Amino acid sequence: MNKNGQAAAFYDLEGTLVSTNLVHTLAFYAKRQQGLWQTAKKSVGTLAKLPFFGITDLYSRNVFNEVFFKSYEGFSQDRLRYFSEELFEEVLKPAIFPGTPELIAQGKKIGQRQVVLTGALDFTIDRLMTHLGIDDCVANRLEFVNGYATGRVLPPVMASATKAKWIREYAERENINLSDSYAYSDSISDLPMLSIVGHPVAVCPDFRLKQTALQHDWAILDLK
Amino acid sequence: MALQLRRKTHESIVYIDKDSAPRIMPFGEDFIIEDIPIGTRVIYPNPPIKGLPNREAAIRYAINHPLEMEPLYALLEPGMRVTIAMDDISLPLPPMAIPDMRQTMLEVVLDMCGANGVDDIHLIIANSLHRKMTAWEMKRMVGSVIFNEYHPDRYYNHDAEDDDNLVTLGHTRHNEPLRVNKRAIESDLLIYLNINLVPMDGGHKSVAVGLCDYESLRAHHEPQTIRDSHSYMDPPASELNHKVIRLGKLVDENCKVFHIETALNNKMFPDGYDILTRNEDEFSFGDRMKWEAMKRTFSNLPRAARRKLLHAIPAQYELIACYAGKTEPVHDKILEKNYQQYEIPVKGQCDILISGIPDISPYNVYSALNPLLVQVMALGYHFNMYRNKPLLREGGVMIITHPCFDEFDHNFHPSYIEFFHRLLPESRDAFYLREKYEREFASNPAYIEMYRRGNAYHGAHPFFMWYWGENGRQHIGHVIVAGAENAHVPEMLGWERADNLTEAIAMARSYMGRNAEITMLHQPIIGLCNVTD
Repeated sequence: MNKNGQAAAFYDLEGTLVSTNLVHTLAFYAKRQQGLWQTAKKSVGTLAKLPFFGITDLYSRNVFNEVFFKSYEGFSQDRLRYFSEELFEEVLKPAIFPGTPELIAQGKKIGQRQVVLTGALDFTIDRLMTHLGIDDCVANRLEFVNGYATGRVLPPVMASATKAKWIREYAERENINLSDSYAYSDSISDLPMLSIVGHPVAVCPDFRLKQTALQHDWAILDLK
Repeated sequence: MALQLRRKTHESIVYIDKDSAPRIMPFGEDFIIEDIPIGTRVIYPNPPIKGLPNREAAIRYAINHPLEMEPLYALLEPGMRVTIAMDDISLPLPPMAIPDMRQTMLEVVLDMCGANGVDDIHLIIANSLHRKMTAWEMKRMVGSVIFNEYHPDRYYNHDAEDDDNLVTLGHTRHNEPLRVNKRAIESDLLIYLNINLVPMDGGHKSVAVGLCDYESLRAHHEPQTIRDSHSYMDPPASELNHKVIRLGKLVDENCKVFHIETALNNKMFPDGYDILTRNEDEFSFGDRMKWEAMKRTFSNLPRAARRKLLHAIPAQYELIACYAGKTEPVHDKILEKNYQQYEIPVKGQCDILISGIPDISPYNVYSALNPLLVQVMALGYHFNMYRNKPLLREGGVMIITHPCFDEFDHNFHPSYIEFFHRLLPESRDAFYLREKYEREFASNPAYIEMYRRGNAYHGAHPFFMWYWGENGRQHIGHVIVAGAENAHVPEMLGWERADNLTEAIAMARSYMGRNAEITMLHQPIIGLCNVTD
């Protein structure tokens, strides 16, 4: 880490800058399957898995990712990409927290590089990143074989400690000073990422992160 | 004869004798009772001036007979844009019993605006870089009728970080910049509703400080200005006040301001609690029972509950004067009344000054008095409550009583935490801290958002709190905290600690000698010591 380097702001996305989560995106695609039968099947399947997703996320974000992305198995690549624009307009754009654009603008004003690290899929957030004026973004990538998703995510899977590791490598590569940098997240699963910067900020935090933030005197922000 | 023996020179000054009662002192959210050394001079607040019988009539009279301006009704025209700005929750302290003085002023003014066909009216709280008031607090301040009609579109807090709603007025001849609330300054008429509790309040400070942005504020909220103010509670001797007047003139060049100022008496507590401001020697049996009951109640409650209880006791202030019109003559008249209520003539400085720190400050309404605020109350407010010369001799010892708990409110004071735990261990030098860190805190995106969208003090505010104690810090030789529950808070503030007041006085005498003159400010007190030789 370069002590004279530029500062950056590292953001988690879902629950931090936007109110949606990965399940909203999955549900959006499930509703846009080829044919009524497929649409109904995927939609009901997604709905039925909700409690399971919730339990696995509570247990471990890595386990959640493993089981969650299985739901994309069989989705065609061109369909996923084709609907990404609509996903942005209908789901993601209205879900941007009112304070998000201001927060990013403040960071840019003081010369911070704006970076998003998300467990969402890369093709789903491209438009959102452009809209928010994010400089760099890293997201999860689905594996496709013959144009269809296998339900596996290509490594590295962006979650928990992987985000912290990615930030360290990024800081080394891009001459970023982590002591002057900020990290924003809503979830305790991002504790590693919050812990490696000089200015961790809990945004609309879950119960466990809020307790941690209070204990460590971190700033607690509400962008809603 | 007895009065002479006790050297009673003024009704608010009492000397401790061998048969004197012990004195009640605030200790954060609690109160303690202590024996004070014989010969100690105890300064009490002046008795409250009787309030005006009909405050609505007094306000109406003031706006119909203004100073150096036309009456308000003559300034109002149908269709004009009017902004009414008012002081925030830092005034008065503690928050007064409802109806708040601002509600009464607003009822009179809005009634007059309505009668003159003015309906484009915005109500703006001049909170500057203070925390924004919550909806509940805003409602309590103006009453539910006005709140329901104007909130949130036309009754809101000033936002010092909202670039779209700020306008630059230029610079003073001393190059101090001024950028203020656009709606207020571009209105056809700006009416300011003020409550003057201490002489530092009101006047040009209301608009030029209450409605400005960070860059404008940092021109005068800085260590050198504070060092050059002797004290900032005495406007003619205050460099801070001189700067604010220059900025105020810039406001007057750009906007028509109709100022309504009020002076309150010092009736801080309701009848059951008024013993806290009275001479203990004159306590009746009933007063002693009240004290015992209060002490037992407080000592059996946890700190958070004590705080809640204290913050739920509204002040019983009464209006003693109201003037309206042009800012400067109005303010001069109100200051005269303030001095009449607060000024206590004191002969001679002291070597040791004892001051309990109550849980009352402009910055902790409905929250904890954190260590930085303890500092600002001791070295800022209590030290600076003088005219002519400080009550404490240069190099003297100040003893305060407070537990000095390491507790901060995360919603109201987030940047204070970082200032205290990250910056103070590095340096206590106000100039160094300003140079190296103030802008970093002021531009911290998280703090800005917490100020704008939440109820946090601005990121730079803890710096101002530190500067506020600057002339106290330069003047005082030692600060000793009696009863501090930990060692690290006093140490980080550059203070010493003692287990109790007796030990603190012994320590102070070891510095100042056995014959040191001791004076105690009987807190809570709103009083201004006019110190002469």
